[in-house]
Amino acid sequence: MTVHTPRDEQDASAIIREAAENGTLLNLAGNGTKASMGRPNQTDATISSTALTGVTLYEPAELVISARSGTPVLEVMRVLAAKGQELPFEPMDYRWLLGSKGEPTIGAVAAMNISGPRRIMAGAARDSLIGVRFVNGRGEAVKSGGRVMKNVTGLDLVKLMAGSWGTLGFLTEVTFKVLPKQERMATLVIRGLDDRQAIEALSIALGSPFDVTGAAHIPDRDRRGGSTLIRLEGFRVSVDYRMNELRRLLKRFRFMDLLEGNGAEALWQSVRDASLLPDHGDRAIWRVSTAPTKGPEFAAQVAGALDAQWFYDWGGGLLWISTPADGDAGASVLREATKAFGGHATLVRAPAEIRSTLDVFEPQPEALMALSRGIKASFDPAGILNPGRMYAGV
Amino acid sequence: MTIAFPKPDEAVLARRREIIEGLGRLVASEALIVSEDERRAFETDGLTSYRRIPLAVVLPSTTDEVSAVMRFCREHGVRIVPRGAGTSLCGGAIPQEDAIVLGVAKMNRVIDVDFEGRTARVQSGITNLGISQAVAHEGFFYAPDPSSQLACTIAGNIAMNSGGAHCLKYGVTTNNLLGVTVVLLDGTVVEIGGEHLDSAGYDLLGLVCGSEGQLGVVTEAVVRILRAAEGARPALFGFEKAEDAGACVAAIIGAGIIPVALEYMDKPAIQICEAFAHAGYPLDVEAMLIVEVEGSDQEIEDMLRRIVAIAEPFRPKTMKVSQSEAESAAIWKGRKSAFGATGRVADYICMDGTIPTGQLPYVLRRIDEIVKSYGLGVANVFHAGDGNLHPLVMFNTNQPGEMEKAEKAGEDILRLCVEVGGCLTGEHGVGIEKRDLMTCQFNAVDLEQQMRVRGVFDPGWLLNPAKVFPLEGRLVA
Repeated sequence: MTVHTPRDEQDASAIIREAAENGTLLNLAGNGTKASMGRPNQTDATISSTALTGVTLYEPAELVISARSGTPVLEVMRVLAAKGQELPFEPMDYRWLLGSKGEPTIGAVAAMNISGPRRIMAGAARDSLIGVRFVNGRGEAVKSGGRVMKNVTGLDLVKLMAGSWGTLGFLTEVTFKVLPKQERMATLVIRGLDDRQAIEALSIALGSPFDVTGAAHIPDRDRRGGSTLIRLEGFRVSVDYRMNELRRLLKRFRFMDLLEGNGAEALWQSVRDASLLPDHGDRAIWRVSTAPTKGPEFAAQVAGALDAQWFYDWGGGLLWISTPADGDAGASVLREATKAFGGHATLVRAPAEIRSTLDVFEPQPEALMALSRGIKASFDPAGILNPGRMYAGV
Repeated sequence: MTIAFPKPDEAVLARRREIIEGLGRLVASEALIVSEDERRAFETDGLTSYRRIPLAVVLPSTTDEVSAVMRFCREHGVRIVPRGAGTSLCGGAIPQEDAIVLGVAKMNRVIDVDFEGRTARVQSGITNLGISQAVAHEGFFYAPDPSSQLACTIAGNIAMNSGGAHCLKYGVTTNNLLGVTVVLLDGTVVEIGGEHLDSAGYDLLGLVCGSEGQLGVVTEAVVRILRAAEGARPALFGFEKAEDAGACVAAIIGAGIIPVALEYMDKPAIQICEAFAHAGYPLDVEAMLIVEVEGSDQEIEDMLRRIVAIAEPFRPKTMKVSQSEAESAAIWKGRKSAFGATGRVADYICMDGTIPTGQLPYVLRRIDEIVKSYGLGVANVFHAGDGNLHPLVMFNTNQPGEMEKAEKAGEDILRLCVEVGGCLTGEHGVGIEKRDLMTCQFNAVDLEQQMRVRGVFDPGWLLNPAKVFPLEGRLVA
């Protein structure tokens, strides 16, 4: 299969314009580390951002960075770290979960709206993404947003591009708002709580004035208790003070430890990358976003019907669930639960045979699907960009 | 008065009686306003120099009524201008003669508050401050705080993706919105998002937010509510040069400190606001920063100590930390009433461009030159942390030609913002005011892509049609 690696926006325009004329279906890719996510689709050629690399603008005092879409996330983080800054939304690295190799690109972080534990405090990738350049399905180079963080000029196509999985356009450059890396991080670990108690504790912490930047719960395998994690970040004086206040606020939960340093960093990285799921690479993995207080009921309903394992991030609002990778990988059970409790479930990992037979993303009501199809056609009338990667007909 | 409106559709005007009768069958009689006197109350918004009396005004009480009205309007080709409280500074809610105003102000209830889940579901006609007041007893608040928060509705905030002085830390509307109930033009009611984070499928929530009433009418919203900080305290720093104030802002951020607010005022703004609010602003400086930090007393003191140390090399002429609640309130009263206080001394138009903050000294110098070249004056207030400028171009409406000059000066200023890498509007929206300047920020392809997306929702340009996109070159499906 042909792999196009445009060297600039004009190149990309020419490739896509020609594909549109010929009806060539294009697979949009970076380094392919997340190629096994989404609905399996048939394409004729690949257009990859791997030759579009490099940070194009970085103004630390203005809290803004732009990079070509194929720039490795690692490179962006390295450039930021040299000035004591970071991507606020703590993007997840899917390689562990998907067993893939290579360097994830910053374009994919935008295209898939990839965030991590700090999403509860600092927003998702889509909240920090302030500008994009992309080539639509007509082969036209389009810009939306810009390099300033307050910008309401015109329709916010930046938000549409974030999380559209390459179905609307081929991103060539992305611009993010960034934040200073905090001086100190400390994590309060509460032990022995069941799911409900844990979410209660997390809700108390998140409802406090102390700017919690991470709130996760990892149930024990015997389900009698687990580790409940509450993270604070900030200046030393502030973190010390707030940690004391949090302990006081949560004192009825008793078994508390403080975790700091490399161990804590590694733990949050495993929350971020969902590598806490007991896993041998042979089970299906679901990612569920729901109201945080609904998390435990959601998990209980799924566990009542399936051999499931799970943990919570986002104060209970993000559930990572592993299910047996056979039949529908638990899809009917998960979809029933989203109906009952609200939110949406995505099948992040499953064999292609399973992903091709069911909805990988949460099915939408027809009125929203009709809008989605209309939007798709408004960007990509020939339907050549990642067709069907998210939904049939989109 | 240089902004054109589309020519009213004579065929629609001729059917006025029939249209009003049709609407009368859909909503309660008190929800339909037809007399000229009462319609006049809706003829403009915060951009008061432009006025158009609408065909009729409908103020529904339910989503179903909104749906019925929209379906009717679509079937009968009647244009719709959605309206919250009518505080838009860019003319986003100004009607046109051949359109009805569809106002959501009567739908102003809090539907549900979930403190544990930190969300509130409200009807969209509730005021911005009304949400904070409804959750204040538990120590919570709704973060985006436009200056008009006492009056403006969440519907209008969503339409414009409004910001405020505290969005440096907390973000703007789109960052604090979890879900909306939207009535589409054909009357279909859709739920986008909900109590959870991030949407399934395309980010329609992010698309609707800031769409200036051109995609549908939002009747309910789910917003994030946050627990308020333990305390907050502002400090004032006065500088002899704009450059020093700008460099100080960069140094604060460079040191890893993101204050909850970081506001800039120039000399004319300081004097106007001080005369109004008696906030103790320094009158002998060229530029002033209000830096606010949050937390416990101990945290605030630590942070302010750091900020004072950072500011010192820039030789501030005054440094003053608020010592009491009353003093803090006065400091903010001065800043938040900048528009109103300016209105006491002159007529003005308020610009809203954003610039890369590194360009601040250059842009302020250029603004001064531009305004002087038209023989006018300007006061600058500015969200310094994020580069969002509010030059208030002052003029005398009784002097023939001055308003047109002010508009021209405003245009030049916005072009300048775009030239240095910024944008036309940071938080007020495009409305009619900046519609014809869109081509200096976007090329034809950029605008066409936006219009194609718009067309998915409203191919016939019935929703708030005079706004956002230049009247020339529109794509019609």
